[in-house]
Amino acid sequence: MSMTESTGTGRRIPDQLATPAQKALKSWESLLLLVAIGIFVLNSFASPYFLDAWNLSDATFNFTEKAMIAFAMALLIIAGEIDLSVASIIALASTAMGVVMQAGAGTPVIVLVGLLTGLACGGFNGFLVTRLGLPSIVATIGTMSLFRGISYIVLGDGAFRGYPDSFAFFGQGYAFWVISVELVIFALLAVIYAIVLHRTNFGRAVYAVGNNATGALFSGIRVGRVKFILFLLTGLMSGLAAVCLTSRLGSTRPSIASGMELEVVTMVVLGGVNILGGSGSIPGVVIAAFVMGLVTFGLGLLNVPGIVMSIFIGMLLIGVVALPRLWKLMRR
Amino acid sequence: MAETPDGAQERPVLALDRIVKEFPGVRALDGVELELHPGEVTALIGENGAGKSTVVKILTGIYQPDGGQILIDGQPTAFPTAQAAADAGVTAIHQETVLFDELSVAENIFIGHAPRTRFGMIDRAGMKRRAGEILASIGAEIDPGVRLRDLGIASRHLVAIARALSIDARVVIMDEPTAALSQKEIEELYELVDTLKAQGKAILFISHKFDEIFRIADRYTVFRDGQFVGAGLMRDTDEGALVQMMVGRSVDQIFPKRESLLGVELLKVVGYSHPTEFEDINFTLRRGEILGFYGLVGAGRSEFMQSLIGITKPSKGVVRLEDRIKIIRSPADAIDAGIVYVPEDRGRQGAILDLPIFQNVTLPSLGQTSKHGFTQLAEEFALARKYTQRLDLRAASLDTHVGSLSGGNQQKVVIAKWLATRPKVIILDEPTKGIDIGSKAAVHDFMSELAAEGLSVIMVSSEIPEIMGMADRVIVMREGRIAAELEGDALTPETLVRHAAGIGLKEDAA
Repeated sequence: MSMTESTGTGRRIPDQLATPAQKALKSWESLLLLVAIGIFVLNSFASPYFLDAWNLSDATFNFTEKAMIAFAMALLIIAGEIDLSVASIIALASTAMGVVMQAGAGTPVIVLVGLLTGLACGGFNGFLVTRLGLPSIVATIGTMSLFRGISYIVLGDGAFRGYPDSFAFFGQGYAFWVISVELVIFALLAVIYAIVLHRTNFGRAVYAVGNNATGALFSGIRVGRVKFILFLLTGLMSGLAAVCLTSRLGSTRPSIASGMELEVVTMVVLGGVNILGGSGSIPGVVIAAFVMGLVTFGLGLLNVPGIVMSIFIGMLLIGVVALPRLWKLMRR
Repeated sequence: MAETPDGAQERPVLALDRIVKEFPGVRALDGVELELHPGEVTALIGENGAGKSTVVKILTGIYQPDGGQILIDGQPTAFPTAQAAADAGVTAIHQETVLFDELSVAENIFIGHAPRTRFGMIDRAGMKRRAGEILASIGAEIDPGVRLRDLGIASRHLVAIARALSIDARVVIMDEPTAALSQKEIEELYELVDTLKAQGKAILFISHKFDEIFRIADRYTVFRDGQFVGAGLMRDTDEGALVQMMVGRSVDQIFPKRESLLGVELLKVVGYSHPTEFEDINFTLRRGEILGFYGLVGAGRSEFMQSLIGITKPSKGVVRLEDRIKIIRSPADAIDAGIVYVPEDRGRQGAILDLPIFQNVTLPSLGQTSKHGFTQLAEEFALARKYTQRLDLRAASLDTHVGSLSGGNQQKVVIAKWLATRPKVIILDEPTKGIDIGSKAAVHDFMSELAAEGLSVIMVSSEIPEIMGMADRVIVMREGRIAAELEGDALTPETLVRHAAGIGLKEDAA
């Protein structure tokens, strides 16, 4: 060391070099926001029907149910785990709701059964992963078949119909003007999850576990408990999504929400959550939800078939995730 | 030219001449010499950190020396790759050779250098035949065609040895080969060493166990702190002389040893046991005391400490802190009780490298810095600042990722993190391993300060100067048990090494 350095208390290390605003400007979320705005502008040129309040309101149903699950899934993936059974939890929860509905239960009981079924499924996943030590990807592929399989056994080719009128409130109701009940639930959950992840000790523990579970354990974090709670939350959110989706469709079929787990994971990853765990944010997932909703809605207005849409979403995911890496490679 | 045990003059097949190897901040090898003779076993002796492993890595082409030369048959040569070392006939039998369960014994032996047919395909028949020959030459009755998963531990070990010998070796390095073996297997290994000697191979034998060194070695070479101390014939020396060479150091590090004012008994551990790692650990710790734990690598010190903080479950045992029984089932319980652990494995257990400094520091103390479960950044920065400043941390900002810091500064972050919990007992596991001299001194100073403030410190260390310089009292562990408790005049480098290695003591420390 050539220069004389004062030792001890003389030097002061700054708290942060960049202000939070500077960090936000360079973040993944701001890039994604640009993409969202771009798609919005493109859509408004592509179809004259796009910039209609009711059409836009309809568009939100493309993502609200998935996003409810995506918030909890984001926390789970940040903590280094994953739940691929969420769509099957919807099927099982919806089936359970149908069963109690047929038995004559009213709306409050139907909703409660949906939520509790989701919670129980999440608890079962959490038990398999945190108690038995199964890798979550394997455990939840297993329960994916298990939960939907139960639905098929109960329903076969049939469907449950005839939900009470008041049950339609969740999936078909509007809070005011064009703002749907689902959109309000989505917005509330976005705020709650953002606070939980970014402003609480629990959120900090989620990041610590996802970055280094061993280090977190040695630091006194109850790693198993954190993961179990996240599986419970993901199950509960799937139950909530089941309530909304069943209410919106007005019926339960065992094939309900087929393949939705991959769309949820896509939304989370598009939102900048590292699939290997450790990083990501709720604002990112919110923007990603809008991006996916806008793309499917815009393509729908242009009469693009569903298969092509999924090609589009896939390309969008790879493109948005790969671009920053390509950018780095090119600059070297 | 050294004299052989038979009195004849013979040239070493391999020699190291003034080899230097430097790592950032450390000179791991400082001009070391080593000679290996055909048909003889040379024991390489030294404490943990003397440079033995570094020499093995240089001999097998994994590290490149920064100075000096390697001589084969007197000719200067270089091992730029592991393949080059193998081509020159140098092979190593490691403590844990990686084997492949799903492959046959023959495939395991020849993986990477299988014999080929004229058409470039693997010559399976030839491979099997030669594998059989090699196994026979070491007296192993193993069918080269069976899958490795069907073999027991002892047979696997023989396969690992056969693999090392499959390259037509002239020099065989055995790095603590008996560490994981039973007594019967050790005897078989001795016979194997005799066989290899008879075949004229030069053997480098690294071991901490004096009984086996005297049993099979013809020569010895002693390293200390990366320097060559001496070499000679085993028959001309004895245990006492070797121990003296291993530890008789020039104390060039100054330790801030203070006059200790020991307080009342704070921690009492009774009968702590684990099914496999340690047994019947009893000790007490007073307020303001620095208690050293010395032992060889694998003596069970870290395993015991991790059990004490609830990472692994003890089979029995009681912890009393301030005369109250504490039940510790997880690190969270230990933190609540006031016992914290600074692990040896900084990157994996100690720090969360991808999180910023302040979040690392506050992770176990979030209860202190938060309000109703909500984080408060200003409080976190204040707490992180308070403790990192005391340790003289150097970093661009408190928001910098810990992974971007030097080893010494990472260690300061980890220690700051644990002090911020305001513990009663702090356990430091190899606290200065792999960090630069400057940070080392800072950590040592700090330990003394903490003890003076009434904190009780348990220091696990394999460095004799550190133990001698810092500890008020030392517990020596050997094979999972307490071998001795030393203090005052009984605490000398010689007694430490003797108890750690299990060498008979003439005058037992009372």
